[in-house]
Amino acid sequence: MIHDLASSIHLAFPELILAVGALILLVVGVFLGDRSLTGLSWAAVGVFALAGLHLHFGPGIAFGGLYVNDAFSTFFKVLILSAAGVSVLLALPYLKHSATSARFEYPVLLTLGALGMCMMVSANDLLSLYVGLELQSLAAYVLAAFNRSESRSSEAGLKYFVLGALASGILLYGISLVYGFTGTTNFTALHGLVHGGAARNIGVLVGLVFILSGLAFKVSAVPFHMWTPDVYEGAPTPVAAFFAAAPKAAAMGLLVRVSMQAFGGMVVDWQQIVMFAAIASMLLGAVGAIGQTNIKRLLAYSSINNVGFALIGLSAATPAGVASVLFYMTVYLVMTLGSFLCVLAMRDASGKPVETLASLAGLSRSRPGLAAALAVFMFSLAGIPPLLGFWPKFAVFTAAIDAQQYVLATIGVLASVIGAYYYLRVIKAMYFDEPAPVFAPADSRVNTAMIGAAALFCSPIGMFAITPLTSAAQAAALALF
Amino acid sequence: MLSILIMLPVVACAWILLAPGDEMRRAANARMTALAVTSIEFAIGILLWLSFDTASSAFQFVENLPLFAPYLAWHLGIDGISLMLIMLSVFLMPLCILASWTSIQKRVPEYMAAFLLMETLMIGVFASLDLFLFYLFFEGGLIPMYLIIGIWGGARRIYASYKFFLYTLLGSVVMLLAMLYMTGVAHTTDITTLMAFNFAPGVQTWLWLAFFASFAVKMPMWPVHTWLPDAHVEAPTAGSVILAGVLLKLGGYGFVRFSLPMFPQASVQLMWLIFALSMVAVVYTSIVALVQTDMKKLIAYSSVAHMAFVTAGLFAFNTQGLEGGVLMMLSHGLVSGALFLCVGVIYDRLHTRDIDRYGGLADNMPKYALFFLFFTMASIGLPATSGFVAEFLVLAGSYKAASWLALIMTTGIILGAAYMLYLYRRVVFGALVKDDVRAMPDLSAREVAILLPITLAVLWMGIYPASFLKPLRAPVAALLVRLSAANPGEQSVNLHK
Repeated sequence: MIHDLASSIHLAFPELILAVGALILLVVGVFLGDRSLTGLSWAAVGVFALAGLHLHFGPGIAFGGLYVNDAFSTFFKVLILSAAGVSVLLALPYLKHSATSARFEYPVLLTLGALGMCMMVSANDLLSLYVGLELQSLAAYVLAAFNRSESRSSEAGLKYFVLGALASGILLYGISLVYGFTGTTNFTALHGLVHGGAARNIGVLVGLVFILSGLAFKVSAVPFHMWTPDVYEGAPTPVAAFFAAAPKAAAMGLLVRVSMQAFGGMVVDWQQIVMFAAIASMLLGAVGAIGQTNIKRLLAYSSINNVGFALIGLSAATPAGVASVLFYMTVYLVMTLGSFLCVLAMRDASGKPVETLASLAGLSRSRPGLAAALAVFMFSLAGIPPLLGFWPKFAVFTAAIDAQQYVLATIGVLASVIGAYYYLRVIKAMYFDEPAPVFAPADSRVNTAMIGAAALFCSPIGMFAITPLTSAAQAAALALF
Repeated sequence: MLSILIMLPVVACAWILLAPGDEMRRAANARMTALAVTSIEFAIGILLWLSFDTASSAFQFVENLPLFAPYLAWHLGIDGISLMLIMLSVFLMPLCILASWTSIQKRVPEYMAAFLLMETLMIGVFASLDLFLFYLFFEGGLIPMYLIIGIWGGARRIYASYKFFLYTLLGSVVMLLAMLYMTGVAHTTDITTLMAFNFAPGVQTWLWLAFFASFAVKMPMWPVHTWLPDAHVEAPTAGSVILAGVLLKLGGYGFVRFSLPMFPQASVQLMWLIFALSMVAVVYTSIVALVQTDMKKLIAYSSVAHMAFVTAGLFAFNTQGLEGGVLMMLSHGLVSGALFLCVGVIYDRLHTRDIDRYGGLADNMPKYALFFLFFTMASIGLPATSGFVAEFLVLAGSYKAASWLALIMTTGIILGAAYMLYLYRRVVFGALVKDDVRAMPDLSAREVAILLPITLAVLWMGIYPASFLKPLRAPVAALLVRLSAANPGEQSVNLHK
């Protein structure tokens, strides 16, 4: 028992660092007040870095089977910690600009959210899954309503909370059904029962559908996507950037682990659900974005669209397919964070944030560097080679073709053409239209550096990352098989 | 050597965009750098040609670095066909830069950078020996061309740029699926291996159709040609030159490099489809060209008709047809490029492409009238010009394949003479009555310097085509061996005739 605890603590050390770090940040913040925002933010990044340094690949199960550490979880934790760190930093100029929201809770909440996400991807039991998911979601609900004085933000928070609570309820109901029919909530045990055929009955199937629905809400896959555009639009821009990045990756990791590991013996049962969600997300994300005039809403639809592509890899249900999901999420994180960083960097002359597509007009004249970076992200999201964004799409299509899912791959490429249209609209506004009023110059060197790094990664130079990334993704994916 | 050829414009591109200074100095720097780099590229191209072994059908100057494993490799190499098309690209590029010297005043550094990027991507397409490296360059070309049409184009540039982008993208993604399937079956992305790989006959048909979707749009073949007139009309002059001169050749190159050797059985089976579309295109687009009032649109439609000659020649499956098809691509690249330059010359002066606004140019612009006449004749296919050699070979090849095919294609030549002469008469002959037209000055030294090299190249190809045919011999012969070996007993593959 003592030995188990010691090894458990060793395995879960990164999470412990996050938990303790969040509490210390909270206490310090309470004493120092809102003026400690900058210091706390950098301290939070330090906590993420410290947790990151303690990540290890040693496979192992901890806390009596509740928690698992393997290459798969480590891969996602690297993504989550990096995305969370970027999300903390990118918010600083925004928070300082608006007097009401310059509050120290932001980095603390993000640290707690990161802890929840790390728990999610390390969950080896339906209960620890639920606990991790709720910790992340609760932090997210508060963050969505962070601009207390603004009604849009409060509305976003409330919407997210009500719909999120509903999704959690559905998920919990599914968990209870699975537990009722199998007598276990442990992934390893479930895998054995399901694989042996002992647990393949209608009750488990219904439970599986409920669990997948709850998780589909978290990755904002169609038909559980309705909250996404509203919440992204209403939430403060840095929060929307955070929502589009780290929680998506974590939820996707969770979805993959539940599907491939706990229910790995029921592939034929969940494959059609995932396929449907993939097709619907790709098409709705692409078509829905066409009419949008707000960049944040456009990026919300873009994220729905991208989740659809990533799900193609999952529906292949092969090691290559899972690896392509991991590769996809990695590149998606960079492209999305980069796009949101560009949105954050755009202010009109009076310093007010700019969010409409029309106000991008002529950005290539007033801020050529920023426009070029955003153009790189847009072409990359559209999946045009040689930009890096093409290769994850390439990977998921390869996986689908190898798994002989020709229809899915064909719909996928067609959706990518439809999707290209709205990404082109952004570029058209920036490059083809006559310049709109002058933009304010860049105000944050950190953000500018992050935009530059992300743009460089998404440019053809990023292709040199293909080899290391795919081999890491492959190793991580094999942990599930 | 090929890597240098491909990467040099990218380096220049970075320098142009990052160069310091005010707007005037940056523009001057961009022009000079672009001209210097494209000229160096041309010099490298000449060196390539001189050191190329024309007797061999193997790929030469091969470089193979597994840089982006497992998805693709930096695998380059050229045979005679790619060599000729690379020569065409590097030859036209400095002329394009010169043609934009004064007509582009807006955002010069970006413009020159886009053209240099275009050059990289075009050479890359012709030099790739890796399936996905090819796709990367093939698709990547959309980005600079989209920007060139959209930023520096005419009144309806936005519509044209979207149409160009989405049309070609839709064709290409279908090809991408086929490529993914091929690598899944053959377990390689190496083009040389795939050219000798035998796919199952039923599969070949599907793969062929998928590649056809992409190449037919790029070519463009009737009925998916409608993006071309819009793109041509709206693009700036140099953009049209590159579009007509090189980008349209990607489709033909794709047929030669992929469809024919990789799917030989499907190619023979679906020959009728290509022939049918080619015949419709030749007659239909020629008639459409007759009624155009916009000069660029007229030349755009004539391009579609000429491209139909290319496809008919390539799918005739004999030496004359194949060599004629490739030669037609080269000839059309020079001639239509020159015609667009000729339109650009008077467009720069009067800012309209409306044929009726001109007339009687022979009186006040004699030098211009001479050059324009020469390229009009070359487009019609007058002997001693490149057009004649190419059309003759294609007709000889298609006559062997099917005499009725040659019959229809010949009517295309007659119609071609009709619309080109009609255009020439309306623009250059007649009375010089309009005051603004009378005020137009004749060609400047710079404009002569642009048109003269193309004139010489067209004459060279027309009088002594052997220099251009020599590199094509070996790869065409190898292709025919492959076709006839895959289709034993098939009458339509005339290897020894």
